[in-house]
Amino acid sequence: MNKEATSDVTSGLTSQRMSQSSRAIAGVSRATLAKDLRLEWRSKDAINSMLFFALLVVVVFSFSFDPNAEQSRQIAGGLVWVAFLFAAVVALNQTWARELRNQVLDAYRVSPAPANSLFLAKALGNFIFVAVLEMLMTPLFIMFYKLRPLGPAWQLVPIAALGTWAIVVNGTFFAAMSLRTRSREIMLPLLLFPVSIPALLAMVNATTVILTGELSAKFWIVLLSTYDVVFTIACLLLFGLVLHAE
Amino acid sequence: MGFALRSVNLASQKLRSFAPLGRWDTCPYVVRGAIDFNFAFSYLPVLDSSPIIAVTALVKQFGRFAALRGVSAEFNAGRLYTILGDNGAGKTTLLRALAGLAEPTRGRIQILGTTNLRAVCRQLGYMAHPSLLYDEMSGMENLRYFARLYGITDDDTCGATMAAVDLDPGLPRPVSQYSQGMRQRLSLARALLNDPTILLLDEPFSNVDVRSAGAMVSLLAQMRTADKTIFVVTHQASLLEDVADEFIWMEAGQIVRRTPELRPLETK
Repeated sequence: MNKEATSDVTSGLTSQRMSQSSRAIAGVSRATLAKDLRLEWRSKDAINSMLFFALLVVVVFSFSFDPNAEQSRQIAGGLVWVAFLFAAVVALNQTWARELRNQVLDAYRVSPAPANSLFLAKALGNFIFVAVLEMLMTPLFIMFYKLRPLGPAWQLVPIAALGTWAIVVNGTFFAAMSLRTRSREIMLPLLLFPVSIPALLAMVNATTVILTGELSAKFWIVLLSTYDVVFTIACLLLFGLVLHAE
Repeated sequence: MGFALRSVNLASQKLRSFAPLGRWDTCPYVVRGAIDFNFAFSYLPVLDSSPIIAVTALVKQFGRFAALRGVSAEFNAGRLYTILGDNGAGKTTLLRALAGLAEPTRGRIQILGTTNLRAVCRQLGYMAHPSLLYDEMSGMENLRYFARLYGITDDDTCGATMAAVDLDPGLPRPVSQYSQGMRQRLSLARALLNDPTILLLDEPFSNVDVRSAGAMVSLLAQMRTADKTIFVVTHQASLLEDVADEFIWMEAGQIVRRTPELRPLETK
């Protein structure tokens, strides 16, 4: 009886502590995300650079190759995701560069706020920026490359969401890692691209499969989901070390 | 009585060294209770004038350069310490180490009875030489964000802290349009937000006009009277001549002298 009572009290205290901790993480994440969105709304640094870069890729490739509808279906998957990946790197560098000005990151490091809150907020912020870019650029891609999917088009939505998260979760982590290096603009792609290869492969193949309507994209979607879960957990576990490293 | 309190504190420190806060959940229930009991007692010796901060043989190296070379010192609660020295003497590094921003290469820092500085970060306020503020946001927006990091959700605290440093909480313009003196005062307000027990200030008076600097000194004196422990790194020591309890002179990464009044370091 006593043992049961003790274990009840212990589990009650543990769950109370866990709920307090998750409330703290959610509160700080919300505040950080709101702050990042406000800063981006005022400066428009990331979104302008990303849009300009992605627009260049669409126009230059379209005029260089002038593909017909069938060729477009074959290459568009790769083209779209490579454009988004390169454009995302610009945004990823910008989000952390903001924290370096006036050494604001030190104010976060001396506070009791959990490291994971910062990571989650930054990753969500980057997800929103890249998602906005994708929404703005997709009509242009369709127009310039005369795209009409032959497979189930609705599946492009989860692929886009999972693919974007795959890019931003690793990108946010590696951008934080390369923050204190001398040439961080070069370091980020060097670290990010090799790790992103499995995700990129899954995104490109899933998109191509849907555009051509040849096979099912289910395998690639499962692969992408697994990749996202594994790397999100890994980044959350390791981010504290990155944040507090000198 | 003092001996008894010191003994309880020693016992508490021993217990806590077996159960650092990071591994709290793994401790048996009975041990946790005992530690909680002793932890409550561990703050009592502060009244007994034992040190609030103890630094032992602190070494901080950046590559082959040693910024701190075996600093050992004890600091008591409710006092205002002014840290002086030439550029490169190790003043900022000492302050960053106390704030938990610079991991010591060797040596030990004990604050409020613990060496786990993350556990006491709520009790610390830190103002760096850079402003640690977002230029694109207004003063109030900045404070509101940093308050959330400490779990403070009411705007009144932010407004009152801004008013305490003589800034208007309703000022809508972004920090990038503030004068350097206003930035310094806002930076001080950010450090004061969580009502810290220990305040670490790195050059708070640089680029501040004489009137504002005087107001900042008065505020620091009030805080010291309210039993806060304050460390001020500055090259304008004369501003603190009347309020500082101790002047600490640093040279080549070491504390070379501690004096109760401002006297220039004797040349050998």
